[in-house]
Amino acid sequence: METPFHHALKILEDVCIGCSHCMKMCPTAAIRIRNGKSTLMPNRCVDCGECYRVCPVHAIIVEQDDFRQVFNYEYRIALVPSVFFGQFPEKYSIRDIYSVLMDLGFTNIVELEHSADLLIDVMKHYMKQPDIEKPVISSFCPAIVRLIQVKFPSLTDHLVQLKTPVDISALYYKKRLINLGIPEEKIGIFYITPCAAKIAAAKSPVAETSSDITGVINMDFLYNKTLRALKNSGKQDETHSDEGIKFLSSRSVRWSLTHGESENFEGRCLAIDEIHNVIQFLEKIENDEVQGVDFLELRACDESCPNGILVTENSFLTVERLRKRAKEYETLEHHKDHQLRMMRLNVDVNKAMEAIHTGEVKPRSMHSLDDDMETAFRKMNEIQDLMKLFPEVDCGLCGAPTCEAHAEDVVQNKSNINRCVFVQNDDKRKNPLDELVKVWGDKVLRIESKSKTDEL
Amino acid sequence: MSGTILTYHVDGGDFSNAGNASSNIKKYLKQLNVDPQIIKRIVVALYEAEVNIVAHAFEGDITATLSPTDISIVLADKGPGIKDIGLAMTEGYSTASQKVREMGFGAGMGLPNIKRNVDEMNIETAVGKGTTLTLKVFFVPKS
Repeated sequence: METPFHHALKILEDVCIGCSHCMKMCPTAAIRIRNGKSTLMPNRCVDCGECYRVCPVHAIIVEQDDFRQVFNYEYRIALVPSVFFGQFPEKYSIRDIYSVLMDLGFTNIVELEHSADLLIDVMKHYMKQPDIEKPVISSFCPAIVRLIQVKFPSLTDHLVQLKTPVDISALYYKKRLINLGIPEEKIGIFYITPCAAKIAAAKSPVAETSSDITGVINMDFLYNKTLRALKNSGKQDETHSDEGIKFLSSRSVRWSLTHGESENFEGRCLAIDEIHNVIQFLEKIENDEVQGVDFLELRACDESCPNGILVTENSFLTVERLRKRAKEYETLEHHKDHQLRMMRLNVDVNKAMEAIHTGEVKPRSMHSLDDDMETAFRKMNEIQDLMKLFPEVDCGLCGAPTCEAHAEDVVQNKSNINRCVFVQNDDKRKNPLDELVKVWGDKVLRIESKSKTDEL
Repeated sequence: MSGTILTYHVDGGDFSNAGNASSNIKKYLKQLNVDPQIIKRIVVALYEAEVNIVAHAFEGDITATLSPTDISIVLADKGPGIKDIGLAMTEGYSTASQKVREMGFGAGMGLPNIKRNVDEMNIETAVGKGTTLTLKVFFVPKS
């Protein structure tokens, strides 16, 4: 058995009301209802956060590291994505936001898309390699990387084997401080994340053995703290370090928006956002229906990172602000001063590629019924036999999102055929509600006792 | 162990449903834990053959027989048949109409591309009647 990987999404059992909204929404059918609560199948979940969005009682949470751990380090670097800044109204300058973050305890603020320029240069080189599988699929969105692993195992070798901007920035700043003679244990690198998938990726990297990121802080937590501080303070003083401010290129600012990657490369490049759209498109790619595509930018969230589940501001407003900021920088880019201040690493592209190269992403198919093909074949036939019994109305009463998922669960000994209300009653000795109680818990008991009262 | 038989009907000209059989069979191959690269070959060949029926024939039936070791697929269509198989097997040759080409199909290479991706391919055709294509792929590469 493969070891289940780290998930940042957790279901709070005490809070969950077992309404099954999340189960219906999950794009990888990773949720089941048991004893009146949602449960997660760890090998199917890709941390996309669709469940988090629909939960009516906030029973699904995104785990985070304790903020106080930041102070265990002398050098406290915040790796902040541009979307964080895009959330604040224009009346607060980037500099104001920087100083609040410094006041909160960080010693250095780094807009992590700094490294996008380097990555773009390396990517251009990477895509020209003769043996590269086309279309090259971006590995930027970790939910998509995991989706491909579990649902499209034949496409894992299309994934870019290069670090993403956050990992490049973490690597770069860690090295830079170490080169200045600072001991590694004094350096804490904290990533401010817009989504759950990126936490999971930092905690258990898919293509690497370890991460340079010390800890992860949820963006909504820091947004609340920052906005409160901004509202409570007048003008911030400007003596703080301005490292990073306005050094970004316009394309770095746009990186996390839809088309932010694809606009940089030559050939036929497509950008697809929202996980169901991505699934639909990957089906086509898998069938070889779409030919001649060089690069695919795939993002799990509609409108990409500005719509991450930990981004508080409305995504359209965040996108608007980031596009405006990028436009401003476009004009600045023509000035020599700005060019000098942009983090342009004049390194050899081959060396850079070596430095940010990752291992390959291994497939971990969620569809496989068994490692042994004979057994898998028997199970496949059993599923088909069950499907002849099941009504295919996908009512969800069995605690699985579809009849097919239920059939699979039965064959894998994870459920019971009698949980299907269309099939049960075969065994007259058993109360047909017994199986439903196992799924829906005391909700069923309440109905049962009510009907008994009615009879009296 | 006996094989599992899956059947699909394909209507000529119905491009909106072209690919249904391929997608469905792909699901079973994933359940069987067939090597992803072999799934890719099967699906590419099957999709190509399925689109051939949609593009050229009046209608057709796809019958796939799955076993724990291999898949055999028979694609039998009622249609114009192939006048010159030698020519149809030539890379880049196509008889597809302009309309079909505008939809992004009919770039030629269909049959050679199918042959490249399968272990066994047999083609029987009668002009004015139809074509029957039989494909076989083994789940473990034959050494």
